Amino acid sequence: MSDISRRNFGKFAIAGLSTLAAPSILQAKSGARLVIIGGGFGGASAARFARTNFPHIDVTVIEPQLTFVTCPYGNLLLAGARTLSDITHPYGVLKRRGVIFIHDWADAIEPDKKLVKLRSGKTVAYDKLIVSPGIGIKWGALPGYDQAAAQIFPHAWVPERGEQVLLLRKQLEALPDGGVVGFAIPGNPFRCPPGPYERISLVANYLKKHKPRAKILALDAKDAFSKQGLFQDAWNELYPGLIEWIPGSKDGKVVSIDTKEKVFQTEFGTRHKIDVGNVIPPQSAAKIAIDAGLTNETGFVPVNPYTFEATKAKDIHVIGDANIAGPMPKSGFIANSTSKQAVASAIALLEGREAPKDPIYFNTCYSHVGDDYGISVVGVFRPSEKGFVETPNSGGVSPRGPLAEKKTQRKLEAQYADAWYASITKDAFG
Amino acid sequence: MLRTASMIMIAGLLAATATPSAAESRKKPAKPVPAPLIAQACSGCHGQLGQGLKGTPRLSGYEKDAFARVWSEFRDNQRPAATIMPRIARGYSDTEVAVLANYFSSIRR
Ligand SMILES: Cc1cc2nc3c(=O)[nH]c(=O)nc-3n(C[C@H](O)[C@H](O)[C@H](O)COP(=O)(O)OP(=O)(O)OC[C@H]3O[C@@H](n4cnc5c(N)ncnc54)[C@H](O)[C@@H]3O)c2cc1C
Ligand code: HEC
Repeated sequence: MSDISRRNFGKFAIAGLSTLAAPSILQAKSGARLVIIGGGFGGASAARFARTNFPHIDVTVIEPQLTFVTCPYGNLLLAGARTLSDITHPYGVLKRRGVIFIHDWADAIEPDKKLVKLRSGKTVAYDKLIVSPGIGIKWGALPGYDQAAAQIFPHAWVPERGEQVLLLRKQLEALPDGGVVGFAIPGNPFRCPPGPYERISLVANYLKKHKPRAKILALDAKDAFSKQGLFQDAWNELYPGLIEWIPGSKDGKVVSIDTKEKVFQTEFGTRHKIDVGNVIPPQSAAKIAIDAGLTNETGFVPVNPYTFEATKAKDIHVIGDANIAGPMPKSGFIANSTSKQAVASAIALLEGREAPKDPIYFNTCYSHVGDDYGISVVGVFRPSEKGFVETPNSGGVSPRGPLAEKKTQRKLEAQYADAWYASITKDAFG
Repeated sequence: MLRTASMIMIAGLLAATATPSAAESRKKPAKPVPAPLIAQACSGCHGQLGQGLKGTPRLSGYEKDAFARVWSEFRDNQRPAATIMPRIARGYSDTEVAVLANYFSSIRR
């Protein structure tokens, strides 16, 4: 089937932009160990890319879960448009590609000895370590919100085995018509900037069909959010009167959670009675990144924007939501896109070459806001000495306008969003 | 099934002499890898080798000049039916577009 014609190969090899590795050096250092912590968007993409492009490198993924449940498209599960199995990806294909999986937790990293300690007590030695453990929830940072509270007001913001998103779905199904669904939305930075608003839209989609008298109360610590104009246009057109969004300056910031009384309390003392509540809690890098001393005062990991090597530790490259990469969003697409530069850099440095030059980091976040109604935001980023920079005059959000005029665009974007999901999950897990 | 999928990947990315089987590639050192890193992002919507899926168009085997022409039309908003590529196209320099055009035109359909 598909193949690259040999005639053309020479032409693009001299094109000058970074391609991958040089063969003689590859042969010299065989069997180097690339170890990856986390088999989510960043880690799985890194593993697949490394196996495919650097087959002489041993690739090991440390990941406690036996399958990966994506956060993306979990909001469609809430709307009843996807099942858990639709968003669950087994690791079988990666294993058959030669990736070694250790289904265990990484509990500690010893950068001096280049060792990862596992919960089982075993250790794993690495030459280069990729760390992509995602976010950790700052339990207790929002008073009243701890692990027990998450059984009453789920967060559904980390994948685990899908328990949280299923719990939220069950609660929505049990909601009496006329009930209130509350959202507590944190300040920046957090995983998936448009995620809470996609979720509000798709919960509204479900309520409109099944509990038409129910209401959504969205309490936000912020005054502005991703794709705001587009989301609010859609809310007005698709779900008029159903969603009330309260910004931080109008007392939207939730400061405590009361699971007994089922109340979200906001900054100025207002107590909002909630029937079903989704708390999107304050976040940091996952615990392993903090315990390994990789994070700074922000709770996330500063990295070199060209190689993703942690500023605080040699030979440890940190990708995905755990790192500091603003203005790039904490998204699955960014985790996927940056994983490739991180792997290519890690291996080049290991083999005494320079990291690939002039990388481009790419993001698109599609959001479904209703049936046949998709919107998107695009960002094309590049590294610089000072950090990550968005390429001028590029990217941005879908055009605004009344649904009557934009129907085709919205419908196509919903379809292309599905193409994105199929494509990106194949690029990571397939 | 899986085996075929692996071979497509290896063929596409390694682009060198003979196509190794998936099993072979695990043992043998890599061939040169000419796929430009900047083309990786495209596979996030157009599929692994730009084969297109669920409505995104096929890029593999795209004729080089046509690619450059379409790209400048995206940049200049001359493709009214486009939903997203104009926003993407404006993020790439002419040199980068030439590299992308070379790469995708060289993938056999
Ligand atoms: C509701 C929602 C919708 C979203 N929608 C989109 C979208 O449409 N598009 C998009 O691009 N992004 C979306 N995102 C964001 C996306 O999910 C994240 O940005 C992405 O998962 C980040 O990848 P990661 O590798 O950093 O972390 P994850 O994908 O979370 O992977 C981390 C992995 O590390 C493992 N791990 C953690 N600690 C350890 C340890 N100590 N040892 C071993 N393994 C460990 C975990 O088990 C997990 O499997 C969404 C997020 C949410 C919550
Ligand atoms: C977020 C999804 C997405 C990404 C990423 C993406 N594309 Fe596209 N592409 C599309 C869609 C959707 C179309 C159809 C036109 C439109 O709606 O904008 C398209 C159309 C095209 C076309 C026109 C094909 C035709 O004959 O109509 C070309 C060429 C193209 N893309 C190249 C690329 C290249 C090269 C990249 C990587 C730099 C890329 N695309 C990345 C979604 C994407």
